[in-house]
Amino acid sequence: MIKTLSKSIRQYKKLSLLSPLFVICEVIIEMLIPYLVGLLVDEGIMKGNMTYINKWGLILFVLTIISLALGASASYVSAHAAAGFAANLRQDMFYHMQDYAFENIDKFSSSSLVTRLTTDVNNVQLSYQMLIRIAVRAPMMLVVSVIMSVIISPRLSLIFLVIAPVFVLLLVLIIKSAYPYFPKIFKGYDRMNQVVRENVRGIREVKTYVQEDAQIEKFEQASGFIYKLFATAQKLISLNALVVMAVLNIATLAICWFGAHEIVGGSLQTGQLISMFSYSNSVLFSLNILAMISTQIIISGASGRRIADVINEKPAIENPRKPLDHLTNGEILFDHVSFKYDPADRVEALHDINLHIRPGETIGIIGETGSSKSTLVSMIPRLYDVTAGAVRVAGHNVKSYDLKTLRDNVAVVLQKNVLFSGTIKENLKWGNENATDEEVIAAAKIAHADGFVREMPDGYDTMIEQGGNNVSGGQKQRLTIARALLKKPKILILDDSTSAVDTSTEREIRESLARDLPETTKIIISQRIVSIKDADRIIVMNHGKIEDIGNHEELMQRNELYSSIAKFQAEQGSRGE
Amino acid sequence: MNNLDQVEQMTTKPHKSKTLTRLFKLVLSTSPWMLIVSAITIILAAGANVAGTLFIERLINNYIVPLVKQVQNGKSPDYGPLTYAILVMLGVYAIGFISNYLFTVIMAILAQKVQYRVRNNMFTHMESLPISYFDQNDYGDIMSRYTNDIDTLMQMISQSIPQFVNSALTLVFVVTAMISLSWQLTLFSMIIFAMSFGIVRYLTTKSSHYFKLQQKELGKINGYNEEMLSGLKVIKVFSHEEQIKEDFNKYNEELRKASGNANTFATILFPIMGNMGNLLYVLIAFVGGMVAINGWAPLTLGAIASFLQLSKQFSMPIAQISQQLNSIVMAIAGAQRIFELQDQAVEVDEGTVTISRNPKVKGAWDWNVTENGQVKKVPVRGHIVFDHVNFSYVPGHQILHHISIDAKPGMKVALVGETGAGKTTISNMLNRFYEIDSGTITYDGIPLKEIKKDDLRRSLSIVLQETHMFTGTIMENIRLGNPEASDDDVYQAARLSHADEFIHELDDGYETVIDGNGGDLSQGQMQLLSIARAMIADEPVMILDEATSSIDTRTEKMVQAGMDNLLAGRTSFVIAHRLSTIVNSDLILVLDHGHIIEAGNHEQLLAKKGYYYELYTGKKEIE
Repeated sequence: MIKTLSKSIRQYKKLSLLSPLFVICEVIIEMLIPYLVGLLVDEGIMKGNMTYINKWGLILFVLTIISLALGASASYVSAHAAAGFAANLRQDMFYHMQDYAFENIDKFSSSSLVTRLTTDVNNVQLSYQMLIRIAVRAPMMLVVSVIMSVIISPRLSLIFLVIAPVFVLLLVLIIKSAYPYFPKIFKGYDRMNQVVRENVRGIREVKTYVQEDAQIEKFEQASGFIYKLFATAQKLISLNALVVMAVLNIATLAICWFGAHEIVGGSLQTGQLISMFSYSNSVLFSLNILAMISTQIIISGASGRRIADVINEKPAIENPRKPLDHLTNGEILFDHVSFKYDPADRVEALHDINLHIRPGETIGIIGETGSSKSTLVSMIPRLYDVTAGAVRVAGHNVKSYDLKTLRDNVAVVLQKNVLFSGTIKENLKWGNENATDEEVIAAAKIAHADGFVREMPDGYDTMIEQGGNNVSGGQKQRLTIARALLKKPKILILDDSTSAVDTSTEREIRESLARDLPETTKIIISQRIVSIKDADRIIVMNHGKIEDIGNHEELMQRNELYSSIAKFQAEQGSRGE
Repeated sequence: MNNLDQVEQMTTKPHKSKTLTRLFKLVLSTSPWMLIVSAITIILAAGANVAGTLFIERLINNYIVPLVKQVQNGKSPDYGPLTYAILVMLGVYAIGFISNYLFTVIMAILAQKVQYRVRNNMFTHMESLPISYFDQNDYGDIMSRYTNDIDTLMQMISQSIPQFVNSALTLVFVVTAMISLSWQLTLFSMIIFAMSFGIVRYLTTKSSHYFKLQQKELGKINGYNEEMLSGLKVIKVFSHEEQIKEDFNKYNEELRKASGNANTFATILFPIMGNMGNLLYVLIAFVGGMVAINGWAPLTLGAIASFLQLSKQFSMPIAQISQQLNSIVMAIAGAQRIFELQDQAVEVDEGTVTISRNPKVKGAWDWNVTENGQVKKVPVRGHIVFDHVNFSYVPGHQILHHISIDAKPGMKVALVGETGAGKTTISNMLNRFYEIDSGTITYDGIPLKEIKKDDLRRSLSIVLQETHMFTGTIMENIRLGNPEASDDDVYQAARLSHADEFIHELDDGYETVIDGNGGDLSQGQMQLLSIARAMIADEPVMILDEATSSIDTRTEKMVQAGMDNLLAGRTSFVIAHRLSTIVNSDLILVLDHGHIIEAGNHEQLLAKKGYYYELYTGKKEIE
């Protein structure tokens, strides 16, 4: 994990190294200052030596300014190094996600990818910033103060030898006993958020069935669970404050007691005793900080792993070495194609498919949910790669084409389609960035989107909201078809893309596709006979196999599945007449 | 209390102080004794802290120096007084650290208690808000009140306020002690103090500015990622990866800058304040030395040494106060958003007429009508009449115009029309999700307004186009329709709605746990479940917002059969997206821009050769 993540430091290596350097210098000066001030008091003020005061006062002043500058620079440098590292991490993750094939995308949910890009990166950023600043500062302070106190009085320093292990042990015990509560608390939060989410989204159901009281009870259970666990965890964590204060006070009193004896015995001076207090302070303070940052870094370890998972995920489909960048026509050949989504699956999603589609042909595909209609067509633009056999387009294996060339020429309108926030024109131009307004309008006309777009307040410049909620389902489908048409594809695949379009408009779209794109191979997947009955050939899919191929009349006569679907849908249409 | 007053003075806007007062009352009422105990312990802790500092000076002057003198005079040192003093100090320290622990733990628990209460109040209130609130407010925005806003509030109660008070008290004690030593040097320190406070305020203001900026940029990139990653497959299909990367880089770069600055200012305060403390230390030694040596003011060397000790405790509380002030301001903003939700007007229910299930007859419901002081049970028939109903979501934008419908008991009424024609709006009127502007709606002759809302909703159910499930078992999800239903009732409802078949194929049958999104269930299966849910509710009036577009034929066949079973014998309103399912309706209403433009049964409307005829023939010709 660390190896993967550290690759993203890149141009921020210099800043990352400067930070500890600044911190080390700052700590040394900072720890030197009390010692020098002691000298200033003992030698200058106590003896009334003004020249000494002037000289050392000036030196101290300069040192303090340097220390201030170093400290401030360390903050700046570490914050920017960590922010830069985080930006690189986000970029590496996001870029890598763009290389994902469908297979990879299926593995992660989009909300989990978003969390990894934000929350997890934030955690790592904070830890990294700590790592290059405070995590250097605290041990450095510890070392310097121990050295200074040993210089002042080796015997008094023995107190630390007794107290420090006890102190660390207590802190570790507290953290260890409180730590297990947090995953449970986070789960509690998930549960509570889930109840809120389900209620906000499903408020109509709640109100319709008058379930408010039951839902409130559910929520109070979830928030009560959090309260109970959190209160317990807080009691444990607050012990931390108790331990820090108690140990610090006891150490001070021990230094008072033994120090007094030392002074009386003549082996220690009063000024040195005062220095010992501030060094004992530093020792315990830095131990406390060390305990805290180690917890934080351990917690963010989980985030680091989640980020590394994204970056280490190997894209399932990569561009060939010497790709073909030209695709001549819309001929498709499936040659003994088999496919499994997961090698561990027992059943093949596609089983020994053999199929030849001529350029310009219109093909309909029908079959029940789960019969692999969408899977079949997703082999053509290499959304997934075949497990066995080969798919050829215009005579060449799809694997030999440049991916962009292939996908520009094979336009798929996906079943689960989305528009992006931006104007309608911007959305349509996804198909072809350089399309002129005339081309955009022409494509919209074929998809029968031009009419309603013109009726919108800003026409083609109307903004589409995120998720495309300000257009109806049918309008959205027509826009996504227009978007695909702008590619001027050799092969056009409509995967149940007119399900929300009313039947007469749907027919007109089919007619204009046939009229305006005669050379384009058209593959139409549908649940409805009416959408495909005019196709040159219709493929009936059943459990990953081609059950039958033929035109409407042929299939009506010989194929039972096809004719039963047709019969049911005809009954539906004529009921009540 | 003192601390709250201070903050109140510093926050200029009156509504902020109002929020703060309200917040304070909330905390106080949650647990008065906790607040009192923590106030006392905070003072004790700060006092013990200062006593500790003073002790170290006394240690040297009052104990060590006499001991050394005793030795110099040849006597054996008497450690008795020192032992006694150290034991006393042990007591003082113990009071200190125990107080410290107490207020830390009490405030932390109090914060949790407040959080628990605020959350529950907020949710309870939310459940009583009208549908319009949910239609107008973004899900993420509502959600963040339960998470971010409450978190900052808790942070303030458990950490910011105690630290603020503690720092303020320490500062007061330190300044008092300084003045008692030398007012001249105190004055000098005050100048430095004022300067450093200025610097600190500047830095913390900057810091919170950049943090807000960082949050904003984070929000932007988050929204962008959300959209692009959920559309990742479309990006791949259009080979649009490079353009996306370009846009992403812009957002990422902005966030990097904002985040770098925010974190710089957040961490720079402590090295600056620490070194300002050292600077003050050096300057006091220098100035004090000059003053004492030249005799400009009566100042002993011992006083300078003590003064130096005190000055060390000076700068950290200032930094603390300034930082805590910022987080308090942030928490107030969060509290404002929470209170805003809690102040939303709840659904009003002025209805008095109640409806209840007839316990003796299955599926029968009764009106409870009071006549001459006696409650009379009258069976519910399900006669719904709309009379010239007008409605607008936003004043001035009328959605429904003079809608009149007479749905006799048992009738199937279909609503047909384009998206936005007002079909769903009509159903929103019926269950009073929204209130009509004018006209009347009656239910068995009783105006809807006079019927108790909960009872009204209990007696009519909706199957929505977009089905929502709640995390739990299939059994629990179906039972949502009628919590009193037995297991057998659930099985029967599932059978009648044809959901039974797929439920049996699931690993744990009726005990299979699904989440809010339905888990592995398809849209069609969720729809079957929601039909079963309506079936078990067994209500006299039904509203079906049907959508069967992405369901395969086999499932559609089942959904259709389930719906037919459901509608039998009930008054129903069916919002149709495909005409095939509604041709057998008793009454078909064709809606256009909120007007009923055609009404009648299938044959009558076909004969009219109007809008409906066009819609229908579009399909007919194909078949």
